Amino acid sequence: MARLEVRDLTVRYGGHVAVDGVSIDAEAGCVTGLIGPNGAGKTTLFNVVSGLLPAQRGRISLDGRDVTRMNPSRRARRGLARTFQRLELFSMLSVRDNVRVAVDSRRSWSRDPGTAAEATEELMARVGLTELADERVDALPTGQARLVELGRALATRPTVLLLDEPASGQDDQETRAFGDLLGEIAASGVAVVLVEHDVGLVMRACDHVYVLDFGKVIASGSPEEIRHDEAVLAAYLGTGVGVRT
Amino acid sequence: MDKFLTFTIVGLSTAAIYSVIASGLVLTYTTTGVFNFAHGAAGMLAAFCYWQFHFDWGWPTPLALAMVLLVLAPLFGVLLEMVIMRNLEGTSETTRLVVSISLLVAMIGLSVLIWKPDESRPMARFFQSSAPISVGPTTITWHQMVTLLTAVAVALGLWLVLTRMRVGIAMRAAVDDRNLTMLTGARPRRVQMLAWAIGTALAGIGGILIAPGLVLDASSLSLVIVSAYAAAIFGRLRSLPMTFVGAVVVGCAEGYLQGYLPQSPFLTGLRTAASVLILFVVLLVLPNPRLRGRIRSREFFPAPTWSGALGFAAAMVAGGVILATTLSRPDLITYGQVFSLGIVALSLVPLIGFAGQVSLCQLSFAGIGAVVMAHLGSGGNPLALLWAALIAGGVGALVALPALRLSGIYLALATASFAIVLDRWLFLLPRLSVFGLFEVSTFNQGSLSVDSLTIFGMSFADPGRQMILMSVLFALAALLVVWVRRSAFGRILVAMKDSEAACATLGIDLLGTKLAVFALSAALAGVGGALYATQLGSISPGNFDFVTGLPVFMMTVVGGVGMVGAALFCTVSLYAVLPLYSALLPSIARYAVVLPGVAGLSLARNPGGAVQDIREGFLPLRTSRAGIGATVATVAVLYLLRMLDVLGNWPFAVLLIVVPMAANAVVQGLSRPEKAEEPGADVPLEWRGIVRPWTEADRIELDRVLGVNEVEIHGAT
Repeated sequence: MARLEVRDLTVRYGGHVAVDGVSIDAEAGCVTGLIGPNGAGKTTLFNVVSGLLPAQRGRISLDGRDVTRMNPSRRARRGLARTFQRLELFSMLSVRDNVRVAVDSRRSWSRDPGTAAEATEELMARVGLTELADERVDALPTGQARLVELGRALATRPTVLLLDEPASGQDDQETRAFGDLLGEIAASGVAVVLVEHDVGLVMRACDHVYVLDFGKVIASGSPEEIRHDEAVLAAYLGTGVGVRT
Repeated sequence: MDKFLTFTIVGLSTAAIYSVIASGLVLTYTTTGVFNFAHGAAGMLAAFCYWQFHFDWGWPTPLALAMVLLVLAPLFGVLLEMVIMRNLEGTSETTRLVVSISLLVAMIGLSVLIWKPDESRPMARFFQSSAPISVGPTTITWHQMVTLLTAVAVALGLWLVLTRMRVGIAMRAAVDDRNLTMLTGARPRRVQMLAWAIGTALAGIGGILIAPGLVLDASSLSLVIVSAYAAAIFGRLRSLPMTFVGAVVVGCAEGYLQGYLPQSPFLTGLRTAASVLILFVVLLVLPNPRLRGRIRSREFFPAPTWSGALGFAAAMVAGGVILATTLSRPDLITYGQVFSLGIVALSLVPLIGFAGQVSLCQLSFAGIGAVVMAHLGSGGNPLALLWAALIAGGVGALVALPALRLSGIYLALATASFAIVLDRWLFLLPRLSVFGLFEVSTFNQGSLSVDSLTIFGMSFADPGRQMILMSVLFALAALLVVWVRRSAFGRILVAMKDSEAACATLGIDLLGTKLAVFALSAALAGVGGALYATQLGSISPGNFDFVTGLPVFMMTVVGGVGMVGAALFCTVSLYAVLPLYSALLPSIARYAVVLPGVAGLSLARNPGGAVQDIREGFLPLRTSRAGIGATVATVAVLYLLRMLDVLGNWPFAVLLIVVPMAANAVVQGLSRPEKAEEPGADVPLEWRGIVRPWTEADRIELDRVLGVNEVEIHGAT
């Protein structure tokens, strides 16, 4: 059974259908890619899955349990975490305290070994932020700010992790390291869903890819299949353009 | 049936006034995004001007009306837009709120300054001497007729302007997207100025129509118009037609309550509070907004350190002791409120400063604490303070529960309406038995006496002892707030202020968090109110009403509401500097009423608050142990000299201010030469050569950072 199951999800803004009958699965231990041109509905899908926007139709389940009617906070307690394309950091707090807020939140509903302070240091080390721990997050460049969001999301010990363009603002070297980190996170049993414009990263890091266009899933399969899918080439990359990785 | 018709006409004519005022409010809100709390005050000023021209100077009606509505009101609106509202673009909602509330306070102050409040100023209705027109079984007065016709004319006029005229269409476009409007060649600035001119004139019409039915009094007239806000909220501050519907609902509700509400001391206040209750209810049924994403603002408040907090607390207690031992008895009573009301101001710090939730009813919570103290604290029992905290905290949670889904301006209005319901109704109730189970009583339609505290047999009736006790309690409350900020709960509050959406996705229970911070803040305010009551000895609803609470809110925000020092800044400026200023310069003391308002207006330029500036100014002294030690020692010596009567109060007070400033200057002067030894060691690499001359050492460092040498080696091999 997939960790995250989205079935026939539809979201409308007034007359505009932003997400149109989308069904996707994210398996434990895998990185699932979600790609598509701007305005395809990727971020909207994330907002609905995490509970920030209501869905008009469809069903969302986490580990087989229907969460469609739950508020974002209860979904988070059931193991869903996410990062934001438009950064949503706590600008008044340091890097350490950003992560600490999430660690404290996790500990309000679950008993974890060790102290909250230890857990925070461990997480910062995992995403490579130890040296920046006392910086104000506002002062960080985007690439590192995205790592703070990742550390914060991991602090809730999610089973499903939604990452919204986590590599944008990172340089090549950072992106490569980030790809490895993604692999590690997935290997620990988390179902990772990745929205990303860096096609190279998607092709390298993902086990399965869905392609969205105008709110609909137009293709899905392994990165290799997607790379040669005619519909994808037409919609996403323009006809006749191959993908180079 | 006659009665019904009569009160329908009364209701409709009230509705007509509300609709005119509310449509002005909607017009200015939609074009500039500023909810103008001072809108009612503009109407009030217009009514006063009209009274001045027509009734006092005897100008003919048309001339007086034209002068007020076609010249003064529009000019005033344009002035407001140009001088104040324009600067508010890109500021936080709290800042905008404080600025418009400051404007309200300043305008009430201004009118009190010009028109002494103790005179009576009767205003006749329009065509008062003409006989009423009979309509079937009832009659309609000419004033009511004029009012109804005016509302219809305003509605038609607005419709024409907004749908048929270029400038109106530009106005609607500016609401949608100001930048886009600018690209199409329209001039949104001009459109905004026009909106403010029309909006203020509409407030003026409303003020002039409503004033004859009431007493011409600055603050009550400014607040009567809160009823019109209820109408505007019906239209969600955007839709004019819905605003007119809202006005009819509110106006008729008031009319029928006037006609049909049974005579009972329990219900008298309900009549005047009805519109505010409607406002509260309408706010609660507004569609649920989405969770707020991150708000980018210019404000930043650093987390307090324990050493700083302890220093602050020690300074407060020392200040209390110094004041208690140097001031005369009357002065102790005058300045005694600084610390107790300081706790009320402190209650705003966790709520607004940390959590970003606005409340305009903190002084009402303080009033509840004071009432509890009066009823349960006989003989000065300190346990009553605990009850004050519990009951005020409980009421706070109760108010917060429905209001929590609101934010920003809507939350401000909901808490304001709670405060006004207390003022107009609940604080005026006689003793009330709840289902025969227990009795609730507030002020029992009068004033209450409160005993001063007695702790472990020690009486605090003496104002000097009171001052010391209050300073200790204020210091403890400040430490409590610092502890909250540094705790896990405090981090969550600060996080929630930044991004509710992110907090929710981390599993944080937003509702519980907001409820907790509201209860905490209300409890703190309750304790402050209870302590204040023990100092006053006798309390009445007037000590805790909405308008009295506004300056506390404003000055705390001006001080920099994210920091504990802001509470001190607030009460020192309101309850020490202002009285002192009035005592020193009695000839211009009356101008003091305008000062808090003017201070609030400055916030638009400095949203971080005054305390941060002061802290930064004193940075050299704060970071030098020797400097602090020397300052404390000097103050101690001065205090000794004062106690030995070598120094009088005035030289002592002046020296108390001068010594820290001088010490700061000395420390700064001493530390400067050290810096000069290493020129620009802290200048970032990319700025070297720009802010100071480029040196060989810099070139070597640049090469090292860029790895240029390695490249050359590669190139050579």
